[in-house]
Amino acid sequence: MSGPSKTRAQPLVLVVEDYQDAREMYVAYLQFSGYDVAEADNGVEAVEKTRQLLPDIVLMDLALPLMDGWEATRQLKNDERTRHIPIVALTGHALAGHAEGAREAGCDAFVTKPCLPDALVTEIKRLLDAPRANAENVKDPAQVPRPTKKRS
Amino acid sequence: MARVAAPVAPVQGVDSDAKLAFVEFLLTSIDVQESARRAVDWLAAHATLSEVAVLVEDGVSNEMQLVAEHGVSSGVIMDFSLNRDDPSHPLTEALNSPAPIYLDKIPSHHRVPLEAKAFHAIPLRSEAHAPAHGLLLVSGVGRELDPETVWLARTLGKQLSRLLGRQLLAETRFGQERMLLYSIINAVTDPILLTDTEGKLIIANTHAEKLFAAPEEASEGWRRAAALNNMLFSAALSTSAVGMIEMARRELLLVDPLEGSDLLFELLSSRARDERQGTYVVSILRNVTDLARAKEEIEESYRTLRIAQAEVRDERHRLDLIIDSVADPILVTDQEGDIVLMNTPAERLFNTPGIGDETALRRVRANGANLTSFVSNVLTRSGEQRYRGEIQLGDPLTGRPLPVEAVAGTILSEQGELMWVVTILHDLTEAIEKARLYEQLKQASVELERKVQEATGELAQQNELLRRQHIALEQASALKSQFLANMSHEFRTPLNAILGYTHMLLHNVTGQVTDPQRKSLSRIDSNARHLLALINDILDITRIEAGRMPLNSMTFRLGELFDEVQSELEPIIKRSNLTVAAKVRGAVPPVRSDRQKVKQIVLNLLSNALKFTPAGSVTMTASYDARVRQVSIAVKDTGVGIPDEDQVKVFEDFRQLDSSPARGYGGTGLGLSICRRLAQILGGTIDLDSTLGRGSTFTLRLPARARRR
Repeated sequence: MSGPSKTRAQPLVLVVEDYQDAREMYVAYLQFSGYDVAEADNGVEAVEKTRQLLPDIVLMDLALPLMDGWEATRQLKNDERTRHIPIVALTGHALAGHAEGAREAGCDAFVTKPCLPDALVTEIKRLLDAPRANAENVKDPAQVPRPTKKRS
Repeated sequence: MARVAAPVAPVQGVDSDAKLAFVEFLLTSIDVQESARRAVDWLAAHATLSEVAVLVEDGVSNEMQLVAEHGVSSGVIMDFSLNRDDPSHPLTEALNSPAPIYLDKIPSHHRVPLEAKAFHAIPLRSEAHAPAHGLLLVSGVGRELDPETVWLARTLGKQLSRLLGRQLLAETRFGQERMLLYSIINAVTDPILLTDTEGKLIIANTHAEKLFAAPEEASEGWRRAAALNNMLFSAALSTSAVGMIEMARRELLLVDPLEGSDLLFELLSSRARDERQGTYVVSILRNVTDLARAKEEIEESYRTLRIAQAEVRDERHRLDLIIDSVADPILVTDQEGDIVLMNTPAERLFNTPGIGDETALRRVRANGANLTSFVSNVLTRSGEQRYRGEIQLGDPLTGRPLPVEAVAGTILSEQGELMWVVTILHDLTEAIEKARLYEQLKQASVELERKVQEATGELAQQNELLRRQHIALEQASALKSQFLANMSHEFRTPLNAILGYTHMLLHNVTGQVTDPQRKSLSRIDSNARHLLALINDILDITRIEAGRMPLNSMTFRLGELFDEVQSELEPIIKRSNLTVAAKVRGAVPPVRSDRQKVKQIVLNLLSNALKFTPAGSVTMTASYDARVRQVSIAVKDTGVGIPDEDQVKVFEDFRQLDSSPARGYGGTGLGLSICRRLAQILGGTIDLDSTLGRGSTFTLRLPARARRR
């Protein structure tokens, strides 16, 4: 894992997810896709690691132990040092309120589980390519996952 | 025949008072015969003689009439008459003689009124040399005339002269008397007419003239009325003339010439016969107009009276009926307490029953005694108008005790003395029974009220229970929804890992996989996706049923939506080899609705169409109906179609005619059911038009601008 730097060769993604299988899956695919990855399995750790590592983007599950994803996002967005970092909310709940809550907390994008690794990568790439320009583009919560595009 | 002048003896010996009385009588008398008779009587009383007779000339003929006699036989009187023109008659001679003559030899062919063979004939004249108007014949006095007779003859002569002379005078005063007569008949207020038998007017008084004769200056109406009256009068008279009734009385209706009103007269006509003038008719008309009116009024009054009497009778009859129809006994008693009137119900209690029923009789008497004591109580309290009390009576037939309430009122005469007592008896057994029933009713009512209150309490309890159950149900429903939502989350987490790792394996992230492995991984992937779709659909239905499906209205164009849906289903479309087209027909305005939900519906409809169409085409068409401001999205395929009997079923939960996920993206069997629910949430509908074997058209209709919910 590399330190906070604007000079890293590859973007650093912080994956915050308490469910180990899912977290390791995203980590494996992101690394496979060429990203540096850091991990956190609860909200408190997520805030600490973000402040410490200043990743290029945070993938934030909302249902987390110790501190939930909304609160973690709120704290990060209220912090001068971390405010600029895009946060992609990730949730298994497609119920109304989750998306609203995520937006209010300051999330830049919203992705509903199940989200296939390549779809997630596509979303991350989109946010990193156009930093802060496309923050409004919240993903459809009831969206049927798109068919996987084969990476060549 | 010897002519001897009879010496006139001086008046003496006779009572002068008698002479005075005789003279006074003559002065008051105006009648010749009366005077002559009085003279004869006087002579018979005061002179000695046997026969006396007085002859007086007739005013018209030359006959001498015997007007008074004394001692003459009636046969002689009947036969006697003397014509003054017969000069041979000794009495004619005596009449023309200046002095009395004594006749003693009268030839038998000359008739004289006296039976005596010799008598004195004294001419009666007013004074010497005046013509004699009569003769005084006296017999039985001897040859010498006594002075009383001479005096009487002179006095009577003067009297005759006076009376006969007055008669002449009266003749000259006839005209005046005629005038007087006229004024008399004119003074009579009834019209009087003298007519001939034809009704031609001879004499009429002024009242008659008013009716029958119009003056020169009279109006046309007056003249006509008078003419009419004449005709009516003549007609009335002629009808009576036919009957030849001497005195006729009938009614005659004439016209008042001045007023024009009808006048009713009673016509009284009588015939008079006059030898010189023939037969004429005297008619007297009596105005009975008022009389007739009065008669009519009397008749009317009488009729009214009759009607009133009849009414009184009816009234009395009605009153009797009413009194009899009153169930309560009514009695009228006099001051002595004797019953003068009672109705039928009272008769049952107070009338003596048939003979032989001693028990009943005793009871009736007991009733009577009780009533009498009550009435006497009333009488002692004369100050009160009403008196109320209770009497114990008994039924005469059964002996059943009969407690009654008696209400008595007194009827006073105009002078204020008590005439009658009216008593009404009211059977209290019924009232007592009623009171008992009322009490029962009251108790029942109380009981009922208690029960109602109980029932109400129970109802309230049940309501409360229901309310709690309702809350519990709502809570349970919410819990269920929450549970399902949580479940679907819990499902997703492992499913997410399954799909993710399968994906990574298929994409050789963890190294190259063999073809048989790839085939197995694809099966895992496909089934995991199907499971995910099921979970999503269940979640949707749960949310819709829980009323927790959020609506997010925005404005969008249907063309763009079609593009999106097509691109999302691009892989399936490619695989299907179907011609898929999207058309916007006419000018379809931008739609304001929940874009995501509309898209979900269209996606579902299109994927269904692709799934059930083996060959041909699928067409999406958008159109707009401006009249109802409605947009329609029709998804038409040339597929297998749906039989009529199943066209309703396809919208039910978990209904899929082809129950296996035969096609790539499968189906949960909840798709159309969710679509219809979503359409309803958006204020729209989904309709199906399909023919088996020829294809189906699903049409979504939505308001172009959804109302805010």
